[in-house]
Amino acid sequence: MKNRNTHLWLLAVNLFISTFTFGGGYVVVPMVRRFFVWKKRYFTEEELMDMAAVAQSAPGAIAINLSALAGYHVAGMTGVLISCIAAVLPPLLILGIVSAFYTAFISNAVAAAVLKGMEAGVAALMVDLVADMCALIIKERSLFLTMMIPAAFLANFFLHINVALILIVCCFFCIVQVFRRKRGTK
Amino acid sequence: MNTAFRLFWMFLKIGLLSIGGGYAIIPLIQEQVVKRSGSISPKMFTDIITISQMTPGPLAVNTATFVGIQIGGIVGAVAATLGCVLCGVIICLFLHRFFQKHKESSYVFEVLKGLKSASLGLIISAAVTIISIAFWGTQALEIKNVISLMNWTALAVFSIMLLVLRKWKLNPVLVMLISGMAGLVLYL
Repeated sequence: MKNRNTHLWLLAVNLFISTFTFGGGYVVVPMVRRFFVWKKRYFTEEELMDMAAVAQSAPGAIAINLSALAGYHVAGMTGVLISCIAAVLPPLLILGIVSAFYTAFISNAVAAAVLKGMEAGVAALMVDLVADMCALIIKERSLFLTMMIPAAFLANFFLHINVALILIVCCFFCIVQVFRRKRGTK
Repeated sequence: MNTAFRLFWMFLKIGLLSIGGGYAIIPLIQEQVVKRSGSISPKMFTDIITISQMTPGPLAVNTATFVGIQIGGIVGAVAATLGCVLCGVIICLFLHRFFQKHKESSYVFEVLKGLKSASLGLIISAAVTIISIAFWGTQALEIKNVISLMNWTALAVFSIMLLVLRKWKLNPVLVMLISGMAGLVLYL
């Protein structure tokens, strides 16, 4: 019974998150944090960051990848299946309806006003999340890890370097770092 | 069946090649769907991007659904969406298990830590883009336009929402609903 309740909760929460996550991508991270970490305590904020990093490093939509990982944590492979279906269902239905009369939707003033307002809301959500996550990393007191944040930001935002390349270079630096430390202790 | 499979295959490739998600996949989809197969016109593609931003869900999934419906109806939409998410989820689970299994290895441990920092940098990059669009209506802002193009209403909604979030940890969905309502009242 407990199992079934967990599955139902997972289904409901993913449908809910997916329906209210405009823009996809990283906007789901604060949502997952709210429901999985704060409400149900299925995993810690640390683990959420691990999962976000993996979801980011794998190909495909980050939002779906993260839902799958969260589902895996809660209920194994069944959880993955439930989460993925629940995560793609709302966009599938909504886009299905919208695509039928998409020109009317694009020029609708009410829709545009609501969405313009939501843009500011999403921006606030992102800043709130970023502040907490930066605090977590700075707390580790590693100059290397702390500097990686602005470095990745600059490379992506100003230099428009491919994300895959940024992540590969990051892995490389980490490995060099460990290698040097190991040689130092010998 | 043939159309459905073709859609599945096309979006499987898109899903596999799009690392970083979000806006990084736009050129990829454009290449496959608009230029190579010609299934969608350039104008329609721009519309799809706009609609994807207006509706919930990831850009990749939205585009897959939209293109799928246009070409192959409901079956096409499901096939395209499935293709789009399949590789990502499998690779993601594989990576996750790999990291969990080898947590004691100092290399894996450090790489994961580094990836965490780097992906936070990428999240900040996405956040700045969102802020830029919300405040100034453009992604390519110039210094001299910071004041003249500023949308003060958006700044006010943003500030209040951020304050409420930091202070009371308000539910994100509530934030979306309130700011959507604020938009309706303030912009219409």
